[in-house]
Amino acid sequence: MGFVMNKEDFSKTIEKLSQDYRLYAPVVKKGEGRCLDEDIVRYDFIKDADEIELELKSDYSFKEILLPLSETLFYFTENETKVADRDLSDVLVFLRSCDLHGLQRLDDMYLRNGREKDFFYNRIREHVHFVLIGCTHSYKDCFCVSMGANKIDDGYVFSIEQSNDGFKSEIKDDAFASYFVGQAENVAVSYVTENETKVNVPDHVPLSIYKLDMWREYDVRCIGCGRCTLVCPTCTCFTMQDTFYDAKGKVGERRRVNASCMIDGYTNVAGGGSYRQPKGERMRFKVLHKVNDFKARFGYNMCTGCGRCDAVCPEYISFSTLINKLDAEIKKEAE
Amino acid sequence: MGLDINAKKMMKNAFRISKVRGETASRVRIPGGLIDAKSLVKVTEIAEKYGNGQIFLTNRQGIEIPGIKWEDVDAVKEELQSIIEAIGTNQVDDETGYPASGTRNVVACPGARLCPFGCYDTTELARKMEDVIFPNNRHVKIAFTGCSNDCAKVRMDDIGIIGMTEPQYDPDRCIGCEQCVKWCKKRSVGALSMLNGKVKRDEDLCIGCGVCVHYCPTRAWTRSKEHYFRVVLMGRTGKVNPRLAEDFARWIDEESILKMGHNLYAYIEEYISKDAPNGKEHVGYIVDRTGFETFYEYLMKDVTPGPKAEIATTMYWGGKRYDRSNNLK
Repeated sequence: MGFVMNKEDFSKTIEKLSQDYRLYAPVVKKGEGRCLDEDIVRYDFIKDADEIELELKSDYSFKEILLPLSETLFYFTENETKVADRDLSDVLVFLRSCDLHGLQRLDDMYLRNGREKDFFYNRIREHVHFVLIGCTHSYKDCFCVSMGANKIDDGYVFSIEQSNDGFKSEIKDDAFASYFVGQAENVAVSYVTENETKVNVPDHVPLSIYKLDMWREYDVRCIGCGRCTLVCPTCTCFTMQDTFYDAKGKVGERRRVNASCMIDGYTNVAGGGSYRQPKGERMRFKVLHKVNDFKARFGYNMCTGCGRCDAVCPEYISFSTLINKLDAEIKKEAE
Repeated sequence: MGLDINAKKMMKNAFRISKVRGETASRVRIPGGLIDAKSLVKVTEIAEKYGNGQIFLTNRQGIEIPGIKWEDVDAVKEELQSIIEAIGTNQVDDETGYPASGTRNVVACPGARLCPFGCYDTTELARKMEDVIFPNNRHVKIAFTGCSNDCAKVRMDDIGIIGMTEPQYDPDRCIGCEQCVKWCKKRSVGALSMLNGKVKRDEDLCIGCGVCVHYCPTRAWTRSKEHYFRVVLMGRTGKVNPRLAEDFARWIDEESILKMGHNLYAYIEEYISKDAPNGKEHVGYIVDRTGFETFYEYLMKDVTPGPKAEIATTMYWGGKRYDRSNNLK
């Protein structure tokens, strides 16, 4: 089941949806890139269909709705705490297959990793529903096919993609059919079956790779900015910030902010220690987490092959190239 | 019949008096330093056909084609026409070459067309300024640089324009990684500090270089939609009192800058020394004579800077005074 819509139908559909849902979608932010007149695509709440960017790949992922870059968790006074308010009305998040696969990683990490569900993640997660953006073609840097994240069969309420001069949607959850204005038709969401970039993920990573020379190159090339992890739909690390409104430190707030194994301060410990300082070691840690260590715990690889890390690196370090380099080294060693 | 050349007229026509008797060099204006490849090929052709096969790149991003016979000047002017048209240089009559040379080529760093740190399109603004001030025989040097690094060395010019951006901060996108603080300190003035996990910007200290925007990994820092500029005045090289330009305005807008360029000429016409050799006097020496207040009156006539602009109410210049003492310390 599905709908084919012209531009006007799509606008009306979005208008109807926005009466019941907050819509969170990729948006072109004019001039908000690093350089003058450089646009970026990142997620934001939208009101009009015109604001949704369905063609360009977003530079930053959807994860900011579930894991805000900076989120105040609670406020404290001497003997009391108050959980910070958050708008918990239902949200529809527009994302692509790779990101919807990414969601599984976030859920495993925050909801199924230990005895307790993460309260702050869970309270918004329960109100988030997903709209799958169909991929009619592969993008530069994508390697989702290699990572098996190019296609997804469920986890979304309907799909959306541009088609000829209009739009088409596959309806997964029939309850959403009533929002649609357009021509009812059978629609199947598009997905890609091949990317220009392909990676060979090693099945088994021996401990000996720890000493490989290939990591040393990144001691110099990497600047430790952490962009690769901040744009990643599967990176979940955070750190805490306690700030105090009074001189005695009894009144204030606790924040959770994104953190990253690539950024200074990540390994700081009490007493002033700090580990994994060389950037090459951080790179090794990150790569292995994405294509080996996470798998050891959850049974599948963390990386979804969205390729955002390749696109965003100011030093032109390619993560997909790194995976292939690692695989080649392991094969060489096995011979 | 001896060679009879009106040397003063030829100089104003952008043909240099060569030390080699009988020869000249043709000076090609390239405002902003950006030239299309075809025009550069044309320069090469002229150099091979009429010159000595060599091309000199000037310090102000112009080109000089040396070794041209005075007899070939008219033919060279004809050949220059396609370059003049491609670059869009103001001309009085076709195929008469450049109508003036006193107002020097407008210099610009590569700016935001190429440089990641550029705060505006320096080439475009250099060409806009060229359109305002050229042709003119008064000796004026104006230069544009994209950011506070001042790669174009605009502090050596009569008017120097330095690009600025006003960093916009979104605390909700800030993760407190402190990279902006670190890089502002390392590569700029150290105007940022941490307060309660977020970044505080010292608005007076901030020079609008955009280093924070460049290094922010989350887009918590972004560029202002408005383009701002710092204007520095009356820098110069030369024999008597070489000195760096001093700050006149900051957070000022493009329109004001173009008006100031225009106004500068009215001031020079009024106050230039009557016995200035060849009508050439560095405008800075005129300002030294009339005082800053008179200069200000002329420069800021009909200029209406935006609400953010700050303008100096007085200015002092330093530099070496060779006319007072030459002793080394």
